[in-house]
Amino acid sequence: MGIRRLLDNIEPHFHEGGKYQRFYALYEAVDTIFYAPGHVTGSTSHVRDGIDLKRIMITVWMCTWPAMFFGMYNAGLQANVAIADNYGALAGWRESVVMALAGGHDPGSIWANFVLGATWFLPIYAVTFIVGGFWEVLFAIRRGHEVNEGFFVTSVLFALILPATVPLWQVALGITFGVVIGKEVFGGTGKNFLNPALTGRAFLYFAYPAQLSGDSVWVPADGYTGATALSTAAQGGVEQLVAQTPWLNAFLGFIQGSVGETSTLLILLGGLVMVWTRVASWRIILGVFLGMVATATLFNFIGSDTNPMFALPWYWHLVIGGFAFGMIFMATDPVSASMTNTGKLIFGGLIGFMTVLIRVANPAFPEGIMLAILFANLFAPLIDHFIVQANIKRRQKRLMPSRDKEVA
Amino acid sequence: MFEHYLSLFIKAVFVENMALAFFLGMCTFLAVSKKVSSAIGLGVAVIVVLTITVPANNLILNYLLKAGALSWTGVEGAENIDLSFLGLLSYIGVIAAIVQILEMFLDKFVPALYNALGVYLPLITVNCAILGAALFMVQRDYAFGESVIYGLGAGFGWALAIAALAGIREKLKYSDVPAGLQGLGITFLTVGLMSLGFMSFSGVQL
Repeated sequence: MGIRRLLDNIEPHFHEGGKYQRFYALYEAVDTIFYAPGHVTGSTSHVRDGIDLKRIMITVWMCTWPAMFFGMYNAGLQANVAIADNYGALAGWRESVVMALAGGHDPGSIWANFVLGATWFLPIYAVTFIVGGFWEVLFAIRRGHEVNEGFFVTSVLFALILPATVPLWQVALGITFGVVIGKEVFGGTGKNFLNPALTGRAFLYFAYPAQLSGDSVWVPADGYTGATALSTAAQGGVEQLVAQTPWLNAFLGFIQGSVGETSTLLILLGGLVMVWTRVASWRIILGVFLGMVATATLFNFIGSDTNPMFALPWYWHLVIGGFAFGMIFMATDPVSASMTNTGKLIFGGLIGFMTVLIRVANPAFPEGIMLAILFANLFAPLIDHFIVQANIKRRQKRLMPSRDKEVA
Repeated sequence: MFEHYLSLFIKAVFVENMALAFFLGMCTFLAVSKKVSSAIGLGVAVIVVLTITVPANNLILNYLLKAGALSWTGVEGAENIDLSFLGLLSYIGVIAAIVQILEMFLDKFVPALYNALGVYLPLITVNCAILGAALFMVQRDYAFGESVIYGLGAGFGWALAIAALAGIREKLKYSDVPAGLQGLGITFLTVGLMSLGFMSFSGVQL
């Protein structure tokens, strides 16, 4: 209980008139990390539920862990395999850490792979957290609202969808754009209309395409270039893809890609927990999945002589690129998605459709899920508007059948 | 032929979206997007006007203004006349005239639509998206059929964008925007972010 006593002791300084009144948001943030808030509704009873924003956000955050830890291992594995293949290891402090902790670049050793991956991912995450957290706290102090746990989710999602070799100053820039322009200018958590992590990622993608896409950014080994599964499929078609990567490898995640998005299995595992705890909407996930399956099958059916992506079946679309990660963690963001139940299905379907469309029909971008979600975010409020209007009309009709004509 | 028209339409709606790729028609785009219902009204008006004025200007261009366009008159020396320097002037005039005629026509024969469109119809006479579409039509040398499809597509894309913006702004009513950014400031930011979302189409080959 030492922490509680310490917090209680310093609390008066942060209240009105106290020395550190301006930093109340900071105090409140630290307090609620350790303890559940003590505030109870004083007036007539409201709906009481153990679930609150904090619990929701922490659940999502923890659901990314399987994918995150595997991602670190996999990033290391890909690099170590390349290094064993006579590509040089990249010099620098990371190499010293790897040597000190793991003693070498043995692709067979889980520990060596994990350490190498961690030396690339942890700095990205740390920079995301510190820079993004700085903006969060700054806005919270300046505007007098609370720092909330939503940022845990934004930061981890943003870090997980970056390639391992991204320069850290770009990470800082991206999360700054995502948090400030994507969220805080609208008033903070719950007030934005785009997913902040994706906003930051898209900003980086368009601003610095050389460091965020291509063949050489995914594996941290000197001079190594290798096509991702998606670009292999775009260039050589299904046959070449199957020859290069068995489907099971892609499903389990032993492929190149952004750190957290390679393992479809572990992402789905996290998704299962989120659906089971009702943190994520199964309607959105189902919508994205069905939209993707339908569109991919449609393209299979149409076929094309020049574009091999047309022939890529849906079960490949599911496991390569960031599709699974976007479907489970990004599309289900409750703030930027549609709010109505029917709307969620439509919203999800739009994402699935757009993802495959961009992957297949747009040679400028190999991956479509990120842009598809941003695009669907734009139309989420409009979808809701129409659903709500339709409900109002239907009920009006039920109420006053004789006034049908006037209402219509 | 059908495929060509379809790809032209989709390109006009998404890839070359008037509002979010070219930022044309911004004044009405920002001013009349507070409510979804009025945004849709204006969007419909833009679709109607574009679908009529772009082909009309196409005819004007091909039979009056272009170099040698007057040769159908049979007058001696007509094929040497090049009136294309009158282009800008004519297009604006044609747009204004058509909007006026359309307004009178709707007032007389379709009062319900006239009332629904209200002030927006005369308003979009000066909407730069309308003139922009005519100028794009000239620049890209569209045939008559193409210009109909292009007008329809450009209008549809603009309407889609303003409806989405209005949906977002209705949602943003509950947001807590810093004092300095309230009103137009946050709308500009919103439109910028929307344009980021529409970047997904840039580069689509049709």
